[in-house]
Amino acid sequence: MCSLEKRGRLFILKLTGDGEHRLNPTLLDSLRSNINKIRSDKSSSESVLITTSDGKFFSNGYDLALAKSNPSLSVPMDSKLRSLVADLISLPMPTIAAVTGHASAAGFILAMSHDYVLMRRDRGFLYMSELDIDLEVPAWFMAVIRLKIGSPAARRDVMLTAAKVTADKGVEMGVVDSAYDSAAETVEAAVRLGEEIVRRGCDGHVYGKMRESLLREVLVHTIGLDESGSSRVRNTGSKL
Amino acid sequence: MCTLEKRGDLFLLTLTGDDEHRFHPDTIASVLSLLEQAKSQSTKGSVLITTGHGKFFSNGFDLAWAQSAGAGAIQRMHQMVKSFKPVIAALLDLPMPTIAALNGHAAASGLMFALSHDYVFMRKDRGVLYMSEVDIGLPLPDYFSGLVVAKVGSGIARRELLLSGKKLKGEEAVALGIVDSAAHDSAEGVVEATMSLGESLAAKKWNGEVYASIRKSLYPELCRMLNLTGNNLATNNL
Repeated sequence: MCSLEKRGRLFILKLTGDGEHRLNPTLLDSLRSNINKIRSDKSSSESVLITTSDGKFFSNGYDLALAKSNPSLSVPMDSKLRSLVADLISLPMPTIAAVTGHASAAGFILAMSHDYVLMRRDRGFLYMSELDIDLEVPAWFMAVIRLKIGSPAARRDVMLTAAKVTADKGVEMGVVDSAYDSAAETVEAAVRLGEEIVRRGCDGHVYGKMRESLLREVLVHTIGLDESGSSRVRNTGSKL
Repeated sequence: MCTLEKRGDLFLLTLTGDDEHRFHPDTIASVLSLLEQAKSQSTKGSVLITTGHGKFFSNGFDLAWAQSAGAGAIQRMHQMVKSFKPVIAALLDLPMPTIAALNGHAAASGLMFALSHDYVFMRKDRGVLYMSEVDIGLPLPDYFSGLVVAKVGSGIARRELLLSGKKLKGEEAVALGIVDSAAHDSAEGVVEATMSLGESLAAKKWNGEVYASIRKSLYPELCRMLNLTGNNLATNNL
């Protein structure tokens, strides 16, 4: 499902295996448990997280087939992803998504929940598929999109044309930080970036707090952080 | 005043006549009615293209009509501002992609009308965008600023649009991220380009309700001002 590796000060979290890495409750639990391990590691505030994947997909989104066959799993899937994204936003270290395959819908949101998005240009695209498959988009997804994609025209293109955004297009749109010629090069670049960040030195706790304040609107939607800043962790329901 | 035509999947809304297409209570009511018509006839793959005849797309509210009331001028202004809000709301709510093909100048509420569309194309050779309010001493309705903030991303662009009194030509408008294209040297060229875009969007056969819902969720602040309910509750609808 997913693996966690430590290389010096770099944590490498990988969605393993050749499948679509659909975000079902089991994978989400596994990811959260690994994030918790990272958070409680004693060197966490001087480290960097890199998230990547095996195979053709970074993640193809929620496990819609599972939700269809067992509708009671829809709410837990959504709430587990919200909690994971909230965990990533409050993580006391910089985070890098090394996108080595397709990232769609919830998978796109997972990638965007990282501070840096590095992506291969030879294959794969970012894709908010909802318009093409007649799905409503959760409000909290829109909070991520609004906060991470700066240009209104780019947001419109992503959400209202269901654009299949390749790495180079993503760089142009301000969605992707940088593009590389292969999966291996993308991961290498993420490692180099991670090492550079570690070298520069960073107080992870301060970093995490600053990121939370930048992405406060997402936290409001994911864990019910209210406007006054006091938080109540809620795993169910919507603020709307 | 204005007409609605259907060409295949495309609804064509035209501000007719060679005048300034100023928004007056009657024009506002007409436009609103035609938008409602388009909405009621929409199917998967519908697209709206809005354009005008002559030198002007629209030069804003009918200030002369307001002023002709003497002491009642302010009342008439308020009436126009208030009755125009549902036009903007109707466009934000329309269950199909919307494209503004600017044949000419767009000023004040005329520019707001244009910006309420998903895509805005203007001419390269002629026509300007102009928020005249700062020059004529009129405060901006909240939903005008809301629209600019929603659609125009950069602080510099917003300042140029709202605070500089500048008349922005096509190339500058593209550079500032206010319009999507200013590539054509004639009104016909602009309309052709928008029809081409319209057809490629129509070919996707998107569900209009889903499209409108996602569009509104892009602009939550603006929708609040327009009393458009956000309907993207996190649901079991994964």
